[in-house]
Amino acid sequence: MNSDKITKAVLFSVSILILLLAAGMLYSLVGGSLPAFKTFGLRFIISGEWDPTYGREKYGALPFIVGTLITSFAALLISLPLSFSTSLFLGEYFRGTRVARILGILVDLLAGIPSIVYGLWGFYVLRPLLIDLGFGGQGFGIFTASLILAIMIIPYATSLSNEIIGMVPNDLKEAAYSLGATRLEVITTVTIPAARSGIIAGYILSFGRALGETMAVTMLIGNTNLVPDSLFDTGNTMASVIANQFGEADGLKLSSLIAIGLLLFLMTGVINAIGKLIIKKMN
Amino acid sequence: MKSMKTFLSLILIVVLFSACQNSAKKTGESGGSSVSLTSAGATFPLPYYNLVFKNYAKETGVQVTYGGIGSGGGIRSLKDKVVDFGATDAYLNDDQLVEMPAEVVHIPTCMGAVVIAYNLPGVEELKLSDSLLEKIFMGEITRWNDPALKSNNEGVTLPDLEIVFVHRSDGSGTTHIFSDYMSKVSQKWADEVGAGKSLKWPVGMGAKGNPGVAGTISQTEGAIGYIGSEFAFAQKIQTAKVQNSSGEYIEPSIESISAAAQGDIPADTRVMVTNSDFPTAYPISGFTWIILYKEQAYDGRSEALARGTVEFLDWLVSEDAQAQAAKVNYAPLPEATVQKAKAILRSVTYNGEAILKE
Repeated sequence: MNSDKITKAVLFSVSILILLLAAGMLYSLVGGSLPAFKTFGLRFIISGEWDPTYGREKYGALPFIVGTLITSFAALLISLPLSFSTSLFLGEYFRGTRVARILGILVDLLAGIPSIVYGLWGFYVLRPLLIDLGFGGQGFGIFTASLILAIMIIPYATSLSNEIIGMVPNDLKEAAYSLGATRLEVITTVTIPAARSGIIAGYILSFGRALGETMAVTMLIGNTNLVPDSLFDTGNTMASVIANQFGEADGLKLSSLIAIGLLLFLMTGVINAIGKLIIKKMN
Repeated sequence: MKSMKTFLSLILIVVLFSACQNSAKKTGESGGSSVSLTSAGATFPLPYYNLVFKNYAKETGVQVTYGGIGSGGGIRSLKDKVVDFGATDAYLNDDQLVEMPAEVVHIPTCMGAVVIAYNLPGVEELKLSDSLLEKIFMGEITRWNDPALKSNNEGVTLPDLEIVFVHRSDGSGTTHIFSDYMSKVSQKWADEVGAGKSLKWPVGMGAKGNPGVAGTISQTEGAIGYIGSEFAFAQKIQTAKVQNSSGEYIEPSIESISAAAQGDIPADTRVMVTNSDFPTAYPISGFTWIILYKEQAYDGRSEALARGTVEFLDWLVSEDAQAQAAKVNYAPLPEATVQKAKAILRSVTYNGEAILKE
């Protein structure tokens, strides 16, 4: 065997291994969630009732699905203007300058902060601030969780968009300048259209991150297992309820939590697929 | 040819590994005092177990490892026979007992309680009766200056603040004791909420673990919630006096918690001692248990390992170990309960013969 073949064999088996891991995960999630789906059927997804009391157990995932989608979308919306401006600043206006370098490092640093630290900061700093500003009640809830999620996903969206914006060929931009375009016009007519698919990919990646975020959300969302009435109501998310309840769960409850895990897995998969599709269409 | 070689060497490695494991197991099982025990379960008694298990190792050389993975995990581990004994804050109900592969016995090891913590600036003492607890936790009273609260706490200035109930967001034995008590004193609670490790809460919001609940209460004026006594005592958290079924308002303490078991305890000790009618008992108290198989000869366990397990548990309920409970803010078992635990341990057998003779 020559080295080329060995390399090929190693790479092939590692890829297969990863595929097997994903398949195995899906398999055990499906297997574990079967009792829940058998007992509740599709009602599991559309029911808002979560009653773990022994003897009258009833589980429905709706409060958590709604909580996850609302917090993640809200986080995306809140982070959009911030991260988009930052990536333009870093990738276009101040590209290559010292300021941009330092800011870039700081943004990357945000990505490296552990989730629990965001949670603590949210609990001790952001929450009291929101109470002082008069945002409803005790400062716990969907809105607070969305805010902290928005801050957490900024670096993901920013660095990817920033990279892509930086990769737009200078020839294109120079051509636009030579036609008398202003800087803003170059950005809106050349840079953004050329980098569009990459920018969108960045936001999808950060949305995926928001979907699965657990610790910081748990500490701020209030953990009530009901479909929230408003943005300022308390609620819960899929990842958060699993993290909270898994330790002491057994029987039907354990199966229901695994079923929520399966739904989260599928949701993330679907969103990624939609993202890929958008990118493909735009190219 | 080459692949054959790799295959053979792989097999050799596997064989070597398993041989090592086997020999390790054997030395662990034979030779009397050198047994080591594995256990896992409830997190509530973890600080107590850590302390006494370490002391036992110092005294006898028997190493006992304990994994604080939660009561549910403790029951699962015993069911899967991966531990020598499990630990749980809630005794196995009849359904759960039937699901176990063999007969399981419960050994109570110490007592704890659930205290009601609150955050009301300037309020030094708060007295809560059954009906007040029901009204607060069912969401019928929503402000601290409610007349019902005021009339029960004369001489205390209760502020005009919203009542924010903070409960556990994770499944917990603490929640189980709390809700068991609530179900006993309030028919409405029993009908609408019930008892369990996690519940469908009528009001309030959740925080994770005792630290989470305590932290949220301390950060929120007007908050009230329930916390495990071991955590509350260690952190010197201000707690409310709760009315017991003799009508007395009792401050939670090591003594008043122990007093809760001064009543009729069934022989198998599977009982919730909440709402005790003993005059000095703090009413939201409970046992924590260790569970093990009654017949210890299973899965090829050696007699030495079985003996090691039972002797250790016999020590755990002895005065020697119980005296250390208060150091880590747990309440010791009353003498009558110790006697019952010892009787149960003497019913544990190896191949049908009692392990502890005297």
